[in-house]
Amino acid sequence: MTRELTCIGCPMGCELTVEVENGVAVSVTGNTCKIGETYAKNEISAPVRTVTTTMLSETGIPVPVKTAGQIPKGKIFEVTAAVKAVRAKLPVKMGDVLLADAAGTGVDIIASKSIKK
Amino acid sequence: MKNNYDLVIVGGGPAGMAAAISAKKQGIDDILILERDSELGGILNQCIHNGFGLHTFKEELTGPEYAERYADQVRELGIPFELGTMVLGISPEKEISVISRTRGAAKISAKAVILAMGCRERPRGALGIPGYRPQSVYTAGTAQKLVNCEGVVPGKEVVILGSGDIGLIMARRMTLEGAKVRAVVELMPYSSGLKRNIVQCLDDYGIPLMLSHTVIDIKGKEKLEGVYVAAVDSTNTPIAGTEEYFPCDTLLLSCGLIPENELSRSAGIEISPLTNGPTVDESLETSIEGVFACGNVLHVHDLVDFVSEEALRAGENAAAYIKGKPASPGTPVAVKPGNGVKYTVPSKLYAQSVEGNVHIRFRVTGVFKMASIVVTCNGSEIFRKKGRIFVPSEMQDIIIPAEKLSAVSGDIEVFVEGGAAQ
Amino acid sequence: MYDVAVIGAGIVGCSAARELSRYELSVCVIDRESDVGEGTTKANSAIAHAGFDAKEGTLKARFNVLGSKMLPELSKELDFAFFRNGALVLCFDEAQKGELDKLAERGKVNGVEGIKILTGDEARALEPALTEEVVAALYAPTSGIVCPFEMTIAYAENAYTNGVEFKLSTCVTDIKKISGGYLVSTDRGDIEAKTVINAAGVYADKIHAMVSSEPLTITPRKGEYMLLDTDAGRLVSKTIFQLPTKMGKGTLVTPTIHGNLLLGPTAEDIDDKENTATTRDGLAQVRAKAQLSVKDIPFGKVITSFTGLRAVGDTDDFIIGEPNDAEGFIDAAAIESPGLTSAPAIAVYLCELVGRHIPLVKKETFYAKRKGVPHFAMMTDKERCELIAKDPAYGQIVCRCCTVTEGEIINALTRPLGATTLDGVKRRTGAGMGRCQAGFCSPRSIALIAEKLGIGLLDVKKNGVYNINESEVGDNEK
Repeated sequence: MTRELTCIGCPMGCELTVEVENGVAVSVTGNTCKIGETYAKNEISAPVRTVTTTMLSETGIPVPVKTAGQIPKGKIFEVTAAVKAVRAKLPVKMGDVLLADAAGTGVDIIASKSIKK
Repeated sequence: MKNNYDLVIVGGGPAGMAAAISAKKQGIDDILILERDSELGGILNQCIHNGFGLHTFKEELTGPEYAERYADQVRELGIPFELGTMVLGISPEKEISVISRTRGAAKISAKAVILAMGCRERPRGALGIPGYRPQSVYTAGTAQKLVNCEGVVPGKEVVILGSGDIGLIMARRMTLEGAKVRAVVELMPYSSGLKRNIVQCLDDYGIPLMLSHTVIDIKGKEKLEGVYVAAVDSTNTPIAGTEEYFPCDTLLLSCGLIPENELSRSAGIEISPLTNGPTVDESLETSIEGVFACGNVLHVHDLVDFVSEEALRAGENAAAYIKGKPASPGTPVAVKPGNGVKYTVPSKLYAQSVEGNVHIRFRVTGVFKMASIVVTCNGSEIFRKKGRIFVPSEMQDIIIPAEKLSAVSGDIEVFVEGGAAQ
Repeated sequence: MYDVAVIGAGIVGCSAARELSRYELSVCVIDRESDVGEGTTKANSAIAHAGFDAKEGTLKARFNVLGSKMLPELSKELDFAFFRNGALVLCFDEAQKGELDKLAERGKVNGVEGIKILTGDEARALEPALTEEVVAALYAPTSGIVCPFEMTIAYAENAYTNGVEFKLSTCVTDIKKISGGYLVSTDRGDIEAKTVINAAGVYADKIHAMVSSEPLTITPRKGEYMLLDTDAGRLVSKTIFQLPTKMGKGTLVTPTIHGNLLLGPTAEDIDDKENTATTRDGLAQVRAKAQLSVKDIPFGKVITSFTGLRAVGDTDDFIIGEPNDAEGFIDAAAIESPGLTSAPAIAVYLCELVGRHIPLVKKETFYAKRKGVPHFAMMTDKERCELIAKDPAYGQIVCRCCTVTEGEIINALTRPLGATTLDGVKRRTGAGMGRCQAGFCSPRSIALIAEKLGIGLLDVKKNGVYNINESEVGDNEK
């Protein structure tokens, strides 16, 4: 089976053609780099995403955060719910772990902006 | 307080910071960045999604992360900046009128100025959408600021007009904050946003994209109740009988960005009607000597990496100007947009005295597949680049080697060959 | 029991309240909205008419000319923007030139000064942007432009300073004749008053019908407008009219007192007193009609469009006076064009009418002057520096399109009858009126309002009444 995908690995958005056998990508063409190949393979069998959102601090100011790596696409809303359930303590430095192992994905939520008190 | 500088940069966003760092590295110390917000970073502070920095840092960063890399450099290099400072006007003699709590109402003069004020959004009023004028009709960027900087989610049932990147990003953002985005409505038969954003912002969440549609009426006197959406024909006129009602409590508009050139106009700088930004030559100098422009104020970009590169060149050229580099001799040749090209930056070029390679940035007028970008002068070709696909939503960048330009004797044309527009 | 209860806090109600506040009277103003001037007052052409259009001998003619004469002094006294820019009434058809002469004659009878008839070329010499189709024009130098909501707020604040009580967010549900006056029932309690002034705009007929069986019908006449950016504001310097028709003064092209260009209105009689929506057809009509008068209108510079409802009665004139079956109940109804210009004079007349029931004793101390929110945008650098040194909040620009500072917004929120909504802030400071239409400044304005009112950011309203539960927001009872 052939699937057409748009790679989301970078803003280029290469159009990928993926040959799928038994639910697994066996060949990927149309990519300009390795990111596209990896994306296609994951997207077919186990799609993953990076989630960027905000975590409210104790004072109500939103702290921009992101997942330190990619999480299973199906767990996006569990991860955002986990982020909503906690409050960040200011000050926060870019890169600080604000919530470890979000929703049991093994991936941490880290601050993507430094915010003073 | 000190009120004259070698270089004043209006705007402390990605363009302003990169230009400042570049000028500093060229040996200019007497710099001042003027920023109206309470922190450096500009629009990046509210762009908490990723996709920034792939070219510049070979990493995918979020907006605040990209901004912080530059802000850290500004601080490390000791480049002076003033926050909470609004520039009200610039005179043709490079006298800058500012307002801030610390300076009051003051004038600052500069040998050179770099304009890096960014752009603003097209509001509902300029779109002429009829109907009531309830609360909860926001431009996507204003909603983004409310959500990401104030922690306020403006609604639960959302319709978005405009499938530009800001609209797509906000479709996902609102969804992650618990809202239901009913549709993204796009006037054109194609989306103006990046393809990756269609996938990760709409497809991932099952949000329908309605191409060739528009919002024709807004209901709800005080509180937004819903909108009517209709299909449009090839002249963008709503087609009677296709009206569909979407109950909603929030309407976001992502219908175009306009370079913020009120200050440039106040200085009498020539503005191009094609870009709504200053006309510049290859050194990014505007029609006023010693005033340069870069970033979204010059032309609206889609990648911040291009902004940083452009700003770097503006900083270098401003530094050279301050150091006394003489003005380019002779008259420049015009750089004209030909078939399939909407505009070019620069729009003029001192071909005879060009020193390094020259970047020409432009956007195409439609979707061209398996086509070539061609640059000619008096009919003879000086550059050609083949490509699989060229789309209006992606700014193009071609680099013309200096030696190809030195022989140029007339106007240059940039056009698309092959791959008929779709 | 109040001496006077004024129903309606538009320009008519607020100006009447201020004139009444010169006397030893207890006065209250009742309005269902949370701010003054939320009805017709905020959505009209903002013209201070010269007075040649109103039919001789009518109340319209009398009060228009009187009001026009009062405005220069009043604008200084109450600190609102007003400017005599002059007007041209255009004629496109040689056969219609007689109509211009009729207007000129009418103007003369009404007491309007300086009217002249010009040829098409003379008109174009004055206003180069006029179309070639203009064959003649009436020139009225005393026509002016004003800020209708600033004027209303100025009147209201001055009335408040002089003791008038404002009961906003209060909707009148019924009025009954009682001994000594009237019982006005509202959704916030009952109010007793010896006399009542009905200045309820498009709802004046509904209010009138509560006490009188004399027929009075107010038909809302819908008018759509387009507003262009200030860099289109100098396309014309005078207010450009077309020859009037049965439906009114027609579509005009005019600079506004804020420097914008205003086009409109249309004129459509409707039933729904709440219909302030713009329509595709209406806006297209504004476009088409405006282009008859002025060439090369830069429609790409439209920043917003809006709709106002004029209160049209069935007598072709203002309806001011007491119905025979309701002594002490004074109608100030059907105040359509030239209502704005006439209001200062109508207000004085309404005092006389009240005076027929209650002796008017002048107050010993009447504060005639009122100072508005400082306008940073209009100040010199020296004035700005002084202001910022006194209060650094004036050094923080919030609205960059109109150069409005945080200090002004805080002033608008904390002054008497202060703003409680985004629109209230807009009308007092100008923040949000510019080319980006509050896209940039609204997050900060919302935060300032939320802080002042002690409510959440999401609860801040663009306009409208705050729920009683959300603390007594906007309640200005003493």
